[in-house]
Amino acid sequence: MNSREITTQISKAADFLNLKKWDYGASFSNDYSVQVDKGDAKQLKASQKQILTLRVWNESNLVGITTTSDISESGIKKALNQANIASDFGNKNERTEFSPLAKDDIEVKDAKKRNPVGIKKLLTLLREAEVKLLKSHESIKSVPYNGLSESFYERVYANSDGAFRSYTKSQAALYLYARAEEKNKKPRSSGSVKLGYGVEDIDIESCIKDACNKTISHLNYSSIKTDKYLICFSPESFLTIINAFSSMFNARSILDGVSLSNKNSIGEKLSTVALNIYDDGLHEKNISSSPFDGEGTPTKRLCLINKGRIENFIHSESTARIFKTIPTGHAGLGSKVSVSPDWIVVEKSEENSNLKTSLDHSTYEGEFVYIEELNAIHAGVRASQGSFSLPFDGWHYKNGKKISIESATVAGDIKYLLKNIVNIESSQEVTTSGISPHIWVDELSITGDA
Amino acid sequence: MLSSQIKSNEIVFGSCNKDLLEEIIFYGMGLGADFVEIFIENTDNSSVLAEEDFITSVSPSFGKGAGIRIFKDKKDGFVSTNDLTKHGLMRSVSQAVEMLDITDNKKREVFNGLDKFRDYSLSKKKWINEVPSIHEISEKLLLSTKSLKKNNKIITRKGSYSRNLQEVIIASSDGTYASDIRLHQTVGLNVIASDAQYRSSGSRRFGSSGMPKEFRIWDHEQAANDVFESSMNMLYADYVDAGQMPVVLANKFGGVIFHEACGHLLETTQIERGTTPFENKLNEKIAHKSVTAIDEGISEGSFGSLSVDDEGMEPEKSVLIKDGILKKFISDRAGELRTGHKRTGSGRRQNYSFAAASRMRNTYIAQGEHSKEDLINSISDGLYCKSMGGGSVGATGQFNFAVEEGYLIKNGKLTSPVKGATLIGEAKEVMPKISMCGNDLELAPGFCGSISGSVNVTVGQPHIKVDSITVGGR
Repeated sequence: MNSREITTQISKAADFLNLKKWDYGASFSNDYSVQVDKGDAKQLKASQKQILTLRVWNESNLVGITTTSDISESGIKKALNQANIASDFGNKNERTEFSPLAKDDIEVKDAKKRNPVGIKKLLTLLREAEVKLLKSHESIKSVPYNGLSESFYERVYANSDGAFRSYTKSQAALYLYARAEEKNKKPRSSGSVKLGYGVEDIDIESCIKDACNKTISHLNYSSIKTDKYLICFSPESFLTIINAFSSMFNARSILDGVSLSNKNSIGEKLSTVALNIYDDGLHEKNISSSPFDGEGTPTKRLCLINKGRIENFIHSESTARIFKTIPTGHAGLGSKVSVSPDWIVVEKSEENSNLKTSLDHSTYEGEFVYIEELNAIHAGVRASQGSFSLPFDGWHYKNGKKISIESATVAGDIKYLLKNIVNIESSQEVTTSGISPHIWVDELSITGDA
Repeated sequence: MLSSQIKSNEIVFGSCNKDLLEEIIFYGMGLGADFVEIFIENTDNSSVLAEEDFITSVSPSFGKGAGIRIFKDKKDGFVSTNDLTKHGLMRSVSQAVEMLDITDNKKREVFNGLDKFRDYSLSKKKWINEVPSIHEISEKLLLSTKSLKKNNKIITRKGSYSRNLQEVIIASSDGTYASDIRLHQTVGLNVIASDAQYRSSGSRRFGSSGMPKEFRIWDHEQAANDVFESSMNMLYADYVDAGQMPVVLANKFGGVIFHEACGHLLETTQIERGTTPFENKLNEKIAHKSVTAIDEGISEGSFGSLSVDDEGMEPEKSVLIKDGILKKFISDRAGELRTGHKRTGSGRRQNYSFAAASRMRNTYIAQGEHSKEDLINSISDGLYCKSMGGGSVGATGQFNFAVEEGYLIKNGKLTSPVKGATLIGEAKEVMPKISMCGNDLELAPGFCGSISGSVNVTVGQPHIKVDSITVGGR
């Protein structure tokens, strides 16, 4: 069944069950991926997946939901039945409705959909990439984690009120994670990830070069003394920390009591006035952009922090209704609808005169710690408390020299971090999760050697 | 109920599918495969969430799918699909064969048909009728969240339940033909406490496998007391000072460190990648002599137990480390093929869309002879980690774990609570420093994410003492 046929099928089955109000989200995907091991194919993988999430409203206007991969006629009937039963337990205290924007026009950009290149081509390209990476430096002994994949998918949202949206996309990804070894030294690993609409859009040479440079640059390592340091966050690491604490801007998290913000936090000063943060799911550099969210609300650019103050929260239909605003295009689809950011854009605001512009990661000669990549986010972040303690890959700059840090964690509090930003560099960099410049923060704790 | 509409030329759960499966395997072998494996599943899951004094989410789900793996020499092609018709399965076999670019089909492995059907599901078909209803679950979860409301400092109370029922059929060209039903139930409690600028949280998870009535006898009062006390103890805690110090890790979930930091390095997938420091250390000392570590899938009711693994092998009890000496690796079919380590009944996957890989099941450090007090009394200045949060291990073996509930040890006594601690180290450096094991082994359920998805596991240990480890703090 295609998406129109599924909609018709659901409509018919809902009529039979006397269910007047329903909506659904579905995705259909074909994925292909390869991994190699020293020139040999290791695992070649293909998958065909379909998933349907169906919501129904009962006579008391309570919502029930079911998710299934069985999109046959009988599967759809069963799903409607189960959702109907689940609606008896619908949340009476927080009603869910259709998004009022589910039928609004959506911004349709060039989908940039590519055609599959096929497993054999993927394998050839990855083999070549592995060989080049292994040859790029004598200390690189293996590329234990690697993969090249391409995905083709369709996403659909429809409801009984006549809303129907769908889009198709393609996406490809290459990751190369190398391991370098030198005598009497610990092995060091690092890597690079590149995304594209299709395999032909991926800059493979750049991925090889980045993986090599990063890995080799960590070979000459040393421990760092436990202390407080001036920190420079790479664009990637700063976006990681902002995403980890995005519950500060999340209306769902606020209502659930797990956010550092509250209903009255709009306008609250969170950081230096020099900081602006947006969520911009439709940004042209966002390979994974989606024109609508799980409830069919159009995706749009939203300012989260304006000159250091909270400007907006991200919303679903129900949280927007409670906050007396409109949905922002950040919802999932569930009996309790989740809310999450799409693509974070960090930039310097117009009011940046207080910044220490001499702090530039490529020229600054004083002592600082450069955090290239933060790890173990799920373990080291306590979003509801604002604290973090995270291992990282990075360098210690001192006396004009740069040395890789053997093993260390950075710890602190997100509000302290945001208020102690001392410079926001001018140049932004595109990463896989958003766009940000390098960000400098004063006095964060680093645990290395005691 | 786990049942499917009966159609010809389609896999039907609860029926004999032998002819169809044999036809598909013959087809793959005829195309030149060395080995063909078919994994088919049918799932029936549900989850319930209680927040404060209300049920806020009930989410049932169901589905079906197949994962087909073809081996040629040491490489494998894996295809997953939701199409369980003969046509769909054969198309998947063709796709896998094509991916592997099998052109030399002169050297044929022989398929002699499927062996006698091993039906591990026979006594389990009634489970679906024995698990608690959504009504029962809702009532008990609401009692749990009510029990968490012990004072006005508790600002968020949550109770969650999930039930996963998975029916599987496994068939492969070595004759393996088996079926099983797996049932996992888990319940979690979470609170956030707040007072002025102070905040803390507490959480516990409980879980079982193959015990449909377990949730009914779960002691929600005791669980709520435990979570509440933990959050209150930590509410006004100071941040720990970073440093190198001896630590005592509590039993139960304290075993997560061994699981993450050492257990994963003993999976053959790590040998295949060349990312374990223990690759050539079989029968060598890798840990303190007080350490014996086990991985098994047979403890009744434990979250990581299974009657048969996802490759059709019955799980064994594997002594990984005996008195500090490395004795065995955790291996699956691909691991045996590529590293030579015999399979241990550890081929596991999240669902049909993942190829099985060598994964831990119930993994724990065996108990020793000391009391918890012996361990704490032996430390003049250190840290007691009563409850561990999550953690991770890097590609070169360094690990990092959050301490959810910690206390300073001064002169052999527990003193003030501390927060913000993380334990940092490398398995091969820390294992020799586990100098004392307590006599109070206990297990705890958890979920482990890795190459073949998220699988149910048990971690465990008695109280253990690590002579020196880096503690991250402020």
